Amino acid sequence: MLNVSDEIEKILASVNDPEIPVLSIMDMGIVREVDQVEGVYNISITPTYSGCPAMDTIGDDLIAAFKQEGLKASIKLVLAPAWTTDWITEKGRKDLEEYGIAAPRSAEVDKAALLGEANTIKCSNCGSLNTKMVSRFGSTACKALFQCKECHEPFDYFKCL
Amino acid sequence: MLKERLYDYLLHLGDNSMILGQRLGELCGHGPELETDIALTNISLDLFGQVRNYFQAAAAIKGDGATEDSIAMLRYENEYKNTLLVEQPNDDFAHVIVRQFLFDVYHQLLLKELMSSKDETIAAVATKSIKEVNYHVGFSSTWLKRLGDGTEVSHDKMQEAVNKLWRYSLELFKPTDTEIWAAESGVGADLDQLKPIYLEKIKMFMDEATLGLPEATVFQYGAKSGRHSENMGYILADFQYIQRAYPNMKW
Ligand SMILES: [Zn+2]
Repeated sequence: MLNVSDEIEKILASVNDPEIPVLSIMDMGIVREVDQVEGVYNISITPTYSGCPAMDTIGDDLIAAFKQEGLKASIKLVLAPAWTTDWITEKGRKDLEEYGIAAPRSAEVDKAALLGEANTIKCSNCGSLNTKMVSRFGSTACKALFQCKECHEPFDYFKCL
Repeated sequence: MLKERLYDYLLHLGDNSMILGQRLGELCGHGPELETDIALTNISLDLFGQVRNYFQAAAAIKGDGATEDSIAMLRYENEYKNTLLVEQPNDDFAHVIVRQFLFDVYHQLLLKELMSSKDETIAAVATKSIKEVNYHVGFSSTWLKRLGDGTEVSHDKMQEAVNKLWRYSLELFKPTDTEIWAAESGVGADLDQLKPIYLEKIKMFMDEATLGLPEATVFQYGAKSGRHSENMGYILADFQYIQRAYPNMKW
């Protein structure tokens, strides 16, 4: 976990992923390090996907959130270690589910589900496991598109990375 | 010398992804169905994200005011290091899939090697990118199989695309001086070593898709050293027009 005061953590947690507005970037696991040098908070963030267009916005939002509290921040983008869906917190997973996006499962479950070998992804509408993958790629880079075979509702699944 | 080599190697890595990403970008809104359209542009986005990482590193080496954008958009045609394969046009969906498949299998093998590159940035980009590319391989190989082992019409179209595109595949493995340097110095991958693994994998997928590789192929080379096909000029016209006509224009 980050070595920061409660006050700083609160500011960090106030910034959400612009593409999944219910998910705080802290619960997303993309804030990797914060250190303070001469009154400036240097925040290291890591992208979920290489081409994630949300990174620039997240950086700007962080600087604005710190500014609002009268603090200065700068953003550094780090690539290693590479982000993994394992870094999404329990709270983050709950927030995703409540928002209607099925949270990522383990890599093995994921593989079987994406290959259509197993019914393991729960419909975010009715909770049925009788679902099928429609496309490995969804509305954003991090999601796959599923459909429920019971209630026929389409839904997003946050795929493992 | 060393810096120049590393800079050149980063262009080798970035240019293939960038030109393929541009080709896939052309399909935005033109995919055969909505889900496929979204998948192709998502793959394009992944590739461009990876390219940005390579070119940011390249810009830092080059200095002299170079940026990721100037490296991407302000070079002349013979300065691009991508292969002939990725510049081939989107003739039809079969060509799009075969081109993607032939590149994805190479890309996955390459990144796996680059994960242990002696260059920290390349290793980090590769470790990040391979997770995305695993999905690309899943996408293109599934379609290869579905259409190859599909109806008579889909099979024939796929075979036609394989017959046309296979000749561009081995250029991926013909090392330039820079790639030889990269392999010897531990910065890059040894392409000679990857080639037999590639051929074996391709053959396995092709068999599954009931497709055959054309015999007596005359393989085409040259783009990595700047001798591109006619297609490249058209790609760059689209790609560079705004920056050439209105320098430093921002979206
Ligand atoms: Zn349902």
